[in-house]
Amino acid sequence: MERDIVNIGKSVVIKGELNGSEDLTIEGHVEGTIQLRDHVLTIGPNGKIKAQVFAKAVIVLGEVHGNVTASEKVDIRDNGSVEGDIVSPRIAIAEGAHFKGSVDMQRKGAAPQQQAKPTVQPPAGVTAVPPPPVPAAAGQRVGA
Amino acid sequence: MGLLDRISARKSESEAAVFPPPADSDPLFSTKALRKFLGCLTSRELPVLIDLGPVVGSNIAYFGEQLGCKIFVVDLFADLERFAREGRVEQFADFIDKKFTQDSGSVDGILCWDFIDYLDKVTAQRLSTQLTRVLRPEGALLGFFSSAIQHGHSFYNKFIVSDEGVNLRARAYPALRGRQSVLLNRDIIKLFEGLRVSDSFLLKNNQREILFRKPA
Repeated sequence: MERDIVNIGKSVVIKGELNGSEDLTIEGHVEGTIQLRDHVLTIGPNGKIKAQVFAKAVIVLGEVHGNVTASEKVDIRDNGSVEGDIVSPRIAIAEGAHFKGSVDMQRKGAAPQQQAKPTVQPPAGVTAVPPPPVPAAAGQRVGA
Repeated sequence: MGLLDRISARKSESEAAVFPPPADSDPLFSTKALRKFLGCLTSRELPVLIDLGPVVGSNIAYFGEQLGCKIFVVDLFADLERFAREGRVEQFADFIDKKFTQDSGSVDGILCWDFIDYLDKVTAQRLSTQLTRVLRPEGALLGFFSSAIQHGHSFYNKFIVSDEGVNLRARAYPALRGRQSVLLNRDIIKLFEGLRVSDSFLLKNNQREILFRKPA
């Protein structure tokens, strides 16, 4: 069975809440909240995220400023950058990756600290909701 | 549950906590104090750990997955390097004063590595004050201190935990600012006067490992 993967291209800028029920690759800019509760979020090498992220798995090759919660795994690849707090049962950080923040590795089977909201399923698989009060990009941080 | 019990219970679950493959260029040395430090941590149910060093993926996996720590990766080396590059190292002490946002007495363990060696005495004192503040009573702090001046190119070390804390691998990377001085033991003890020395070792590579505990 073919997996659906949605791409947000380099020129796309989204501000607000992004919900989806398919795997998603972001090469553009997103500010706000990203929720892919049962799917994989990939931040491509050109992707810049300033958002709270909730997903099954998060692969980072670009830049993320904000807290990341994954129910399975967070993978920060070479040249990937995360500044924020990570909650995930498994974390892989490559040599050459940048990370600043805290890491809380929940045990397998434990519920994520914050449940993702029900997803909206538009035809394209991804919805950009116009900004409600935009949540803080980065929560509690270690230092400046 | 003791350290060994916790490690064995979690080891099979943890695929990501693999240690980096041996690299001939990275000197491997036996650490005496790290194991004791980890023993202090794992006597707590959900220990909170501050790592002042650069992020090392396998260390995070080891501390987080196998030992169940919540880890704050601070990477003061990167901050010091940035201040050195921008020519404002004299402001680093003020930066340190604001860096640690954790509540007083909220942290179970601090991995200081050899960061103190790279600071002048005033900044080192300001850092030790902050670290002592955030450490909980009976919490542990592990520091490495060189016994020789750094010659040639300046470098920092990434310490990579190997063999479940028995050995460490030191991976050097370039630095703008070298070690500032070789501290005498009495100066180190004075620096952390709010803590007591639990164990002190002089390794074959002339590195001193000192494990501090905060009195109850």
